[in-house]
Amino acid sequence: MKITCNIDVHHLTRVEGHGNIKISIKDGRLEQATWEVVETPRFFEALLVGKKWDNAPWICGRICGICSIGHTLASIRAIENAFGMVPSEQTRKLRILLKHMETLQSHVLHLYFLAAPDFLNVGSVFPLINSHPDVVKMAARLKLLANDVCDCVGGRRLHPTRTVVGGFTMLPEKTELEKFRVSLHASIKDLLATAEIFKTFSLPDFVRETEFVSLKGDNDYPFIGGDLVSTDGVVRKEHEYRQMTNEYLVAQSTSKWSKLSRESFAVGALARVNNNFAFLHPAAKEVAAAFGLAPVTHNPYMNNIAQLTESVHVVMESISLIDDLLGSEWVAPRQPVIPRQGLGVGAVEVPRGILYHGYEFDGTGHIVKCDCVIPTSQNHANIQHDLAALAGKFASEGMPDRNLELLAEMLVRSYDPCISCSVH
Amino acid sequence: MAGAPQKARAYLGVPVYRPKVAFFDLSSCEGCQLQLLNNEASLLDFLSLVEVVRFREGMSGGTDDYEIAFVEGSVTRQDEVERLRKIRETAKILVAFGSCACFGGVNQLKNRFSIDWVKKEVYGEHPVETETARPLEAFVTVDLRIYGCPVKKEEIEKIVTQVAIGKEVRYPHYPICMECKANGNVCLFELGEPCLGPITRAGCDSWCPNNRAGCWGCRGPAEDMNIKQMVSIMEKYGFSKETIIDRLECFGGFSAHIDSFRDTADGRDEGLKT
Repeated sequence: MKITCNIDVHHLTRVEGHGNIKISIKDGRLEQATWEVVETPRFFEALLVGKKWDNAPWICGRICGICSIGHTLASIRAIENAFGMVPSEQTRKLRILLKHMETLQSHVLHLYFLAAPDFLNVGSVFPLINSHPDVVKMAARLKLLANDVCDCVGGRRLHPTRTVVGGFTMLPEKTELEKFRVSLHASIKDLLATAEIFKTFSLPDFVRETEFVSLKGDNDYPFIGGDLVSTDGVVRKEHEYRQMTNEYLVAQSTSKWSKLSRESFAVGALARVNNNFAFLHPAAKEVAAAFGLAPVTHNPYMNNIAQLTESVHVVMESISLIDDLLGSEWVAPRQPVIPRQGLGVGAVEVPRGILYHGYEFDGTGHIVKCDCVIPTSQNHANIQHDLAALAGKFASEGMPDRNLELLAEMLVRSYDPCISCSVH
Repeated sequence: MAGAPQKARAYLGVPVYRPKVAFFDLSSCEGCQLQLLNNEASLLDFLSLVEVVRFREGMSGGTDDYEIAFVEGSVTRQDEVERLRKIRETAKILVAFGSCACFGGVNQLKNRFSIDWVKKEVYGEHPVETETARPLEAFVTVDLRIYGCPVKKEEIEKIVTQVAIGKEVRYPHYPICMECKANGNVCLFELGEPCLGPITRAGCDSWCPNNRAGCWGCRGPAEDMNIKQMVSIMEKYGFSKETIIDRLECFGGFSAHIDSFRDTADGRDEGLKT
């Protein structure tokens, strides 16, 4: 059946920020498929100019309401790199623990509150409170645990207070960490139950060959700093991030777009799994295997499963990190900061993919130039190309427009876009 | 909202009023809305107190039949002015939700520069629309404010409960210092940390100082404050004018007070960029 339809989704729901989907098909032929980003820019890169270094992590965390911890840590890393500082082992471990728990809360938020309603034919998580009370309670329990650890380590789950250049303003209580260790062990059961729930969902069968970009693991699954890698074989140093992102401007988006070896690339949980599968915890690999997730997976909807896989990984690794922290004496939480002139880059894997902050400082530690490249801005071009391919494929197969609209919305949601963050 | 708990609500046999609420976002990080979903432990209780009819970040569909509108973010583009005016026409109670909505938030830091320079710095010659970042009250009447960056979930629940039961919403007049002292914290000035606790409106339970981070004034000025006195005390502790101004101007709450300090700043005159 040749279909003709116009799909116009204004301000897509269940994503962070404002984006529109427009698809028009005439007699089974795709005329237009567009992913528009209409978010208002907030100009973080301009408003930081002239500010002293200590403002940057505090202000830049406010780029994002979901991954404020990741932004704060990327900002801190960029400043520490510019000033030639190396964090203590204790600081490094606490930062990764904090990051892991942000990843867990963000992935759980996305999987249950934003993505799952599509698979269950409801508009939000709210109806599930009545129909699936135990599942909603389980999601809330997982998210609460992750957020509570963020409070304990970072001072606050959203816009953290304790994370500073040089380390932390104060350290968590070890008795609290012991308590969380027990809860994290218990949460594995909930995550495996989550996997069972997701096994009952049928993920759309759609594949488009894609280049995936992430940090490159050497000995472990990487989250903070290190080399950059793509599945097309590109490897770059952290400070060469601009050659990895190649930002440019397009008319359909207030966010910049990126490209590398092809017309677009993808970042995020799926990119990390595709590049660093070998370093996943065995328990996470088991979950991946149950869904047939193995490198290189080119179905964008599988990003949901990659998030689930990573949720297991970060919990397992957090337990080891807490064991390490409990097994050693606390050292001073914070090292002194001596500003100097220069450039610094921080690359951090935040829930939605690799994030870069780059600053140029003058000799008194004031920002001369600021650049932030956001995971979702790197994904926008890929979403656009996926959307066109998806619409083209299903238009020719004669899929009804309601189904196509849902698939298109689910495609964008699979990337878990953080649109206001991407425009910043 | 279709699927919320539908049990009849009554307390001591008296039906409980359950207002229809909607959430909207202008220029912001949307973190204040997420604080609602971050209320995991009490989220279900909260949802039985109000009926959420629109919440784009968390739900599809919805209606424009609402009584209370929570608006997050500051106004930075003309289409946002129009959206905000429509919301104002519909809502009985319009709540400025978080520092961006109340004061402009971190977004208003761009107002230090000319709009042309700001656009060029980020977008070069590519055309982009933006205006001076302003709080909601620059365009519409605001009935209630929930302060903070981010808003504190306990405070949202308290204020919404007060609205639902028809009680007058009151904010503390005193500054964060009072809460900080009550919490038994060592004064951050003694630890070499700048802090606006002496002049910033209380109500967050000295959230940042409890974590040994100085206050940046995200809740705006307390009614009973003496800004000159605080500046002179901070100077005695050796904090530079630049450091004090960084804090005062960060969220926009003190913008009415800051100019008298700015001209004598020992830091950099960012106005040169205009």
